[in-house]
Order: sequence, then structure tokens, then C-alpha cells
Amino acid sequence: MDILNAIVVLLNFVIIPATAYGAQLALGALGVTLIYGILRFSNFAHGDTMAFGTMIVILCTWGLQAAGVTLGPLPTALLALPVGIALTALLLMGTDRAVYRFYRRQKAKPVVYVIASLGVMFIMNGIVRFIIGVDDQRFDDGERFLISVRRFRDLTGLEEGLGIRTSQAITVVVALIAMVALFWFLNRTRTGKSMRAFSDNEDLALLSGINPERVVMITWLIVAALATTAGTLYGLDKAFKPFTYFQLLLPIFAAAIVGGLGNPVGAILGGFLIAFSEVGVTYAFRKVVGYLGPEGWEPAGMMQLLSTDYKFAVSFTILLIVLLFRPTGIMKGKTI
Amino acid sequence: MKKILLASAAMITMAGTAQADITLGVSLGFTGPLESLAPPMAAGAEMAMAEVTASGKLLGGMSVSAVRGDSTCIDAAAAVAVAERLITSDGVSGIMGAMCSGATTAMLTNVAVPNGMVMISPSATSPALSTVEDNGLFFRTAPSDAAQGVVMSNVILERGINTVAVTYTNNDYGLGLANSFQAAFIAAGGTVTLVAAHEDERADYSAEVGALAAAGGDALVVAGYVDSGGSGIIRAALDTGAFDTFVFPDGMVGQALVDNFGTEIDGSFGQFPGTDSNGADIYHQMATAAGFDGTSAFSKESYDAAALIMLAMQAAGSTNPADYAQHVMDVANAPGEPILPGELGRALELLAAGQDIDYVGASAVELIGPGESGGAYREIEIRGGKIETVRFR
Repeated sequence: MDILNAIVVLLNFVIIPATAYGAQLALGALGVTLIYGILRFSNFAHGDTMAFGTMIVILCTWGLQAAGVTLGPLPTALLALPVGIALTALLLMGTDRAVYRFYRRQKAKPVVYVIASLGVMFIMNGIVRFIIGVDDQRFDDGERFLISVRRFRDLTGLEEGLGIRTSQAITVVVALIAMVALFWFLNRTRTGKSMRAFSDNEDLALLSGINPERVVMITWLIVAALATTAGTLYGLDKAFKPFTYFQLLLPIFAAAIVGGLGNPVGAILGGFLIAFSEVGVTYAFRKVVGYLGPEGWEPAGMMQLLSTDYKFAVSFTILLIVLLFRPTGIMKGKTI
Repeated sequence: MKKILLASAAMITMAGTAQADITLGVSLGFTGPLESLAPPMAAGAEMAMAEVTASGKLLGGMSVSAVRGDSTCIDAAAAVAVAERLITSDGVSGIMGAMCSGATTAMLTNVAVPNGMVMISPSATSPALSTVEDNGLFFRTAPSDAAQGVVMSNVILERGINTVAVTYTNNDYGLGLANSFQAAFIAAGGTVTLVAAHEDERADYSAEVGALAAAGGDALVVAGYVDSGGSGIIRAALDTGAFDTFVFPDGMVGQALVDNFGTEIDGSFGQFPGTDSNGADIYHQMATAAGFDGTSAFSKESYDAAALIMLAMQAAGSTNPADYAQHVMDVANAPGEPILPGELGRALELLAAGQDIDYVGASAVELIGPGESGGAYREIEIRGGKIETVRFR
């Protein structure tokens, strides 16, 4: 019984939240890694691209809710997601036309792109704040829990409860679908293969007749889909606030770099690694140890490695360690 | 924002031309993290001055005008600069302010005390201000958070709960309140399992709640802001089933709380400064007639702070801070004729006739110890998704 209780506590406070958070980070890191692999620069505007996509989804969701359209137990935001992706794709392609294409023709150095993307980041940031404001926005609806803590306790008779929110389950499912679709696209379709060829060796790809502008366009399209999905899932699961999306940039980049920049499998691994370390290192294991140890051995201390204040520091520590010992990341990405 | 700037600019030019007999500084955080609270506070103080001027009874018919100054909330240098400007260039006879504890301390120790200027703050609640070296020049119409810590501790213990976890917003307000509560609760025989800070403006509080849940406790004290991290903590605690009962100090009690959580937090309770005197009702009506929201936090205290300065001047028969500072406590407390908002004219008459007054005002002023409000609190409980008053203490 005690072991069960220990597992339930761990699931409730560490494994389930970290899995959902990891899936959101992984989707974000996939976008960053794709841009790095194909367009060859670190896109600092990614966090705000996510915020922009989520904002469109939120506005759309409010419209649908006002019109009385809902998805029953599922959040209405899922219905609004395609609109968000489409508009974000338009924005990204517009940005590419207006900003990045110029530098591509100049054959500018990567650092020039990075600084340009910093400017794009501030502009997108401003657009989002201008349209939806700086405050918290709530747009979740439908059934809040797959299983609530109270029901779980009643069903199992265990001392500890386990809650799974609908948004957490949806996050994992949608992230899985998005990842499978992406890998199928990259490995099985002609366009996907041409993208990988372009990423591996630009000159050879050009010689074999691949249209670079088309590859770039499709990359932005996929990035828009990934960013909007990641942002919407994060907003559903936690809360939407433009500033927190800007902050998300840090763990997302940490995930992409730890996994190996330019390597999609690495991005997913990195996302989960960062999420589990952030939650695991700052969790107080007192109750878990108390259940596992013999009767009456509940530890007096909190059994907490780091205070929760240092959550953001965890991703950077991992980043430093990985870069010191394996500069290309876990999955052998490109060196920066 | 622009309006405020224009208004304060207009005030400055007016002060130069209107030939007012007495000018008082209204130094609040018109910009900064609490900027939304400042306009109704300034309006409250200026309403008191207008009332006194209209009565024509202060020191034989002197008029009073306000000079606004932006003390900000977190920029000590700006607060000091504005205090210097008010005293040396505007020549004020007293300062109603400042707003936040940090700005108040900076203004008081760097400018007001060296210049012998009286300051009455309507809203600085840090316990540190109770013991600050003030030469008897500083008062406040808001209670110290130390008082709230004791009240909160009593409210919790009287409900039979003696093990709690505490989370506070990581700033002077949160830390001061958490510390004073912890000291009072432990002294009264309770157990605090964990005191943990949380940052505002985050999307996710599951890690913080995880640590609090591991520490355990029968209730969670949330010393935060209802519009920000405080609500995030409660959401995460409810979702993970970490706590069912919450204790809400003043930063958490608001309509947003029941809008966010409804019946999910039934049985939770808390307290915030409030009285059952009808001074508050009278003040709300006066404010509505004057066109601002009198129910906004610390607006009442601002009216009272300004009124106290002017009543003390009348009692001393002088506008010199050194003379009237010692009369502030006399006019604020019993014995004497109780004075409600809107009766400032009568109070001035009584004082002129040499009689005692007991200024009650909008916030039931009763100054204790080092010249701060003793603090009356309204104990509330969430029942059926509504905030209900249990009693006053």
C-alpha cells in the first residue's frame, strides 16, 4: 500500500506534470531545430511566434464560444487551432519575405540572422501585446479533469490522490501525433527528403535542382504549425500571458541545444530531459521517501535538492554540462 | 497615464499661481506596480483638502491646496527627489504619502526627518516602519502587517487548525506578512510546516505547490496577489489536490478570487482591513458624488491621512510641522467628539473652541504605539462561491 502511495505521489507531482511540460518544450524545440537545420540560424523570435499563434487561437476560440460552438468535453481551442496555424504561417512567410530573404540573398553570416531575429522578436512581442494585452487570458473550456484527485481517492481508497487534467492528456496525444506526422513527412515524402538534403549540403541540393525558396517556405509552414500547437497546448495547460512565452525561449533553446541543434530526435529528447530535470530537481521528495521507508521514518527535512526559485537555473546547468562534454549535443547535432 | 501627468502638471502650475495659504504634498506611486490604486487615493486626499477649504474654518479661513508628486513604488531615488522638490521648491507644510513601504522609508529617512517634515502614509504597511527613527514626524493610517499576522494567526487557530504551510509573493509585502504571521502562529502554539516564496507573473506553479504539498498542513496561507501568482498557486493546489482549505490575507480578498474559483474554495477563509463603522459608507457616497471610486483600496486611508494633518494644524494653531506633529495623536484618538467623513468643518470649529475631538474618519482611525493604525479587520469566509463577512475583529 505504501509503495502504491509513493508511486501515486510521484506521478501526481512529478511524472505527469513533467511529461506534459516536456511535450510542450519538445514541440517548441522542434521548431527551433528545424529553422537551425534548414535556414541555419537560431530564431530568437520563436517564443513570440508561439505567443502570436496562441493569441490567434484564443481570439478564434472566444469567437466560437460566443457563437455557441464547442467541442463538448474537449477544449474548443482545438477547433480554432487550424486558423491559428494558417495566420501564423502567413505572418512567418511575410517576415521571411520582408526580412530574412534579404539576408539570404546577401549570403549574410548566421550572426546577422540572429540579430535580425532579435528585432523580429521585439516586433512580434509588440504586436501580441498590442492586440491582446499583457494580462493573463483564459480560454480553456470543456471537461477540466480526466480524473480528479477526489474521484481517484474514492475509487482506489488510497491516501494520496492523482489528478490528470484533460489539457495534460491532450498535450501528450497531440504532441505525439505532431511528432509522428513530422517524422513521416521528413523521411517518407519527396518534399521532406528535399528538405533534409538541403539541410545536409546546400550546394549539392541546389545542383540537384531543389528549389531553395520552396524549401524555405515549407519550413516556415511547418514551424508555424509546431509553434502554434506548442503555444496553444502550453496556454491550455498553464496560462496564456505574452511575457511567459518570451521566458519560454530559454528552456526551449536549452532543449534544442542539449538534444543537438538541427536534430529533430534530439529536440524531443532534450525537451523531456529539461522538463524532467526542472521538475525533479526542485521537487521535495519528503513524502515519497516517507512512504518507501519503514514506518515512522518520515524524514524531517524536505528532501529537496534545490529551491523552486532556481527552476530556470536547472536548464542552464544541464546545458553547460552537455556543452562542456559533448558540444554537439546528445544526438550529434551541428556545432554552433 | 497621460491624464495623470497632465493633472499633476496642472497642479504644479496652479500651486504657483493660486496663492493658496497652505500647500500639502500628495506623494503617491502614480507610476509603477500599484499605479492603478494611486488616482482614487489622491482624489480622496484632495477631497479632504477641498472640504476644509470650503468650510473656511482652518486657522481663521486659510485655504489648502494639493501638490502631487510621483514617489513611484520601487524607485527610492525618485521618491527622495520628489520629496526634496515638495519641501524646498513647493514649500509644503506636510506630506500625505508615500504609497509603498520602500518609497516611504526612503523619503522619510533621507528628506522628511532631516527637514523636520511631517509625513502621514495611507498605505505603507511594512512592519519595519514601526521602529524606524522618525523623531515623531511619521504616522500612518494603515495598519502594520505585523498586526495582520497576529489577527490571521488567531483566525486560523480559532477554527481548530494548527498546522499550516505558508507561501508568499517574493517582495517586501509578502515577506513581511509571512514573517509576522509565522512568529505569531508559532508563539500561539501552531506549527508552520514550510514557508516558501513564489514569483508573480509565472505560468506554472506546480513545482512550488509540489514542495508545499510535500511539507503538508491542514491549510495553505497564500500571502500573495489575487490578480497574479496567488491565484496561480491556488489553481495548482486544487488541481493536484494538495490543499482544500486556504487562508487569504488582504492581497487575496477580492472579487477576482470568487470569479476564478467559485465554490471550489468553499470553507476557505481570511481577513482584510475593514470596519463596521458607518464612516466607510458615508465616504463611499461622498466619493461617488465627487466622481471617483471610494471603495478602491487605501482611498479611505488617504482621506483620513490628509484630514489628520489639517486637524492637527488647527489643534496646534500653526502650520509648522514641528508644532503640529505632536497633536496628530490627540486629534486621532479619544477622548473627544467622534468625527466622521464630511464633518471636517465641525471638527475645526470644535478645535477652535478648545474642545477635544476623536477623529474616526472613513477608516475608523485609531492610532497606536509609534503612530500607526491599530487596524480593524473584517474576517471573511467563502460560502457557496461568495465572500461572506463572519465578523469584525
